[in-house]
Amino acid sequence: MSDRAVVYARIIELIEPLNLKKVPLAEATSFAGDLEMDSLTVMDLVASMEDEWDIVMPLNLLPDLETIGQVADAVTKLVHK
Amino acid sequence: MSDLFSKFDALIAEREGLLATGVRDPFAIVMQEVKSPTLAVIDGRDTILLGTYNYMGMTFDPDVIAAGEEALRKFGAGTTGSRVLNGTYQGHKECEDALKDFYGMEHAMVFSTGYQANLGMVSTLAGKGDFIILDADSHASIYDGCYLGNADIVRFKHNSAEDLEKRLRRLPPEAGKLVILEGVYSMLGDIAPLKELVAIAKAHGAMVLVDEAHGMGFFGEHGRGVYEAAGVADDVDFVVGTFSKSVGTVGGFCVSNHPKFEILRLVCRPYTFTASLPPAVVACAATSIRKLMHAQDKRARLWDMSRKLHGGLVARGFRLATATPESAIVSVLMPDQETTVRMWQALLELGVYVNMSRPPATPAGVFLLRCSLCAEHSAEQLETVLERFATAGAVTGLFRQAAE
Ligand SMILES: Cc1ncc(COP(=O)(O)O)c(C=O)c1O
Repeated sequence: MSDRAVVYARIIELIEPLNLKKVPLAEATSFAGDLEMDSLTVMDLVASMEDEWDIVMPLNLLPDLETIGQVADAVTKLVHK
Repeated sequence: MSDLFSKFDALIAEREGLLATGVRDPFAIVMQEVKSPTLAVIDGRDTILLGTYNYMGMTFDPDVIAAGEEALRKFGAGTTGSRVLNGTYQGHKECEDALKDFYGMEHAMVFSTGYQANLGMVSTLAGKGDFIILDADSHASIYDGCYLGNADIVRFKHNSAEDLEKRLRRLPPEAGKLVILEGVYSMLGDIAPLKELVAIAKAHGAMVLVDEAHGMGFFGEHGRGVYEAAGVADDVDFVVGTFSKSVGTVGGFCVSNHPKFEILRLVCRPYTFTASLPPAVVACAATSIRKLMHAQDKRARLWDMSRKLHGGLVARGFRLATATPESAIVSVLMPDQETTVRMWQALLELGVYVNMSRPPATPAGVFLLRCSLCAEHSAEQLETVLERFATAGAVTGLFRQAAE
C-alpha cells in the first residue's frame, strides 16, 4: 500500500467510533454535511490524528478540509514534511 | 433563491420542540427591576440572583455609583470616539492607572469589553508564521481572536500539562509562540494548574497570556487572580480581564510589563476601530478596582459562600462538576437538555435565577446549571437557595431519574 492508502485506512478507523449514524465512509464523505460532526468533535478528531502521526494540524487549516479524502491528503503531506 | 437563514433551521426546530413542551425560554429572561447585587424582579417575582458573576457585589457600591454619577454629569453620556482619536478622557487614563496599581504592572490598556480585549490581544500578538497554543475549553472570545488573526492554531487538552508539552514539542523551536490559559474556566468552575502549565510554556520559549475574567478580585494575595495565587506572576506576559464580573460594570483590559506594550494601541484593531467606554463606566471601574485592592473581608465571605453552597448541594444529592469548590462558580451536572430546562424553570418559579448552559458552550456535551456566588449573598439567602434546589429536584424528578 502507498503511504496515502495507509493513512487513509487509519483515518477511517479513527472516524468509525464517531460515526454514530453509520454513514458509509468514502473519499468524498464530508465531516459537516454527511457525518454531521460538530466543531468540537472535529477538533477532537484532529487531536487524535496529530497524536497518531506526531504532526501538527493547525485548526486554521480545517475550513479547507471538508472531506475524508482531503484530510488524508493533508495528513500524508504533513507526515512527509 | 436560497434563504440565508436556512442554516439555522436545525436550531430553530430544536428550540421550538423544547418550548412546545411548555417550558419558558431560558435565553429570554428580563430583569424588570434590580434591587441589589443579589436580588431582582423577574416575572413580577422577587428572585435571588445566583448566576450573574457579580462576585464582589460592586454594582451597587455607593462610592462606585457616586463616581459614575459625577463623571456622567461632568463628561457627558459618551465619548463618540475611538481611544486613539477623541475617545480618551481623563477617566480612561485614571482607569488604566487603577489597573496598573491593582496588578503592579507597567502597562494597561482598556478595551470596550473583555470579549474585545481577547479578540484584540490574541489576533494582534500572534501573526503569520507564529503559533497560538490554547486550552481546548477556552472562552469563545479567545477562539474568535484566533480566527481574526493569521497565526497557526494548536489546541491542547483542557488543563493537561502533558498534552500541552506534547504539542509544544512538535512546533518549530524558532517560531513565535503564544500559550493562552484561563485562571478559572467558567463552565465547570474549575481552575487551571497554572504552575505546571506556565513552566512548560516557558521551557518551550512561549509567551503566556492568562485570562483572569473569573479570578479577579478574590484569588491571590492582592486579588489579582489564579496566576497570583499559583505564584507564577513573573512568568505571565499578559493578563486579560473584564470589568463585567468582579468590577461590576462593563469593559475589558490587558495589563503587561512588556517594554513595547504601548504600540498595541495603534495596531490592535478591536481597540482602535470602536468607540471607547463612556465616562461614567470608566469612573465606576476605576473606583471599583481601587476598592477591590482592600476587599479582604468580601473575599473571605465569597469563599465561605462558595464552600457552603458546594457542600450544601452535595449534601442534598446533587452531582457537581468539581469535587471541591475551586472558584466562585459552582456547576451542577444535569442529565439532559429537557431535565435541565425543567429544573432551571422550577428554580426560577421558586425565585432563584441560575445560568443554564448547554453544548457547544459547555465541554464534552454536558448540560449544566451554573451558580455563581456574590460576596453580598446573605446566609439566609444561601439557606433559601439550598432548600429551593431540593424542592426543584423533587418536583422535576431529578433524583428519581438519577437513581434509575
Ligand atoms: C473567560 C472569559 N473571558 C472573557 C469574557 C468576556 O468578557 P466581557 O463580558 O467583558 O466581554 C468572559 C465573559 O463573558 C469570560 O468568561
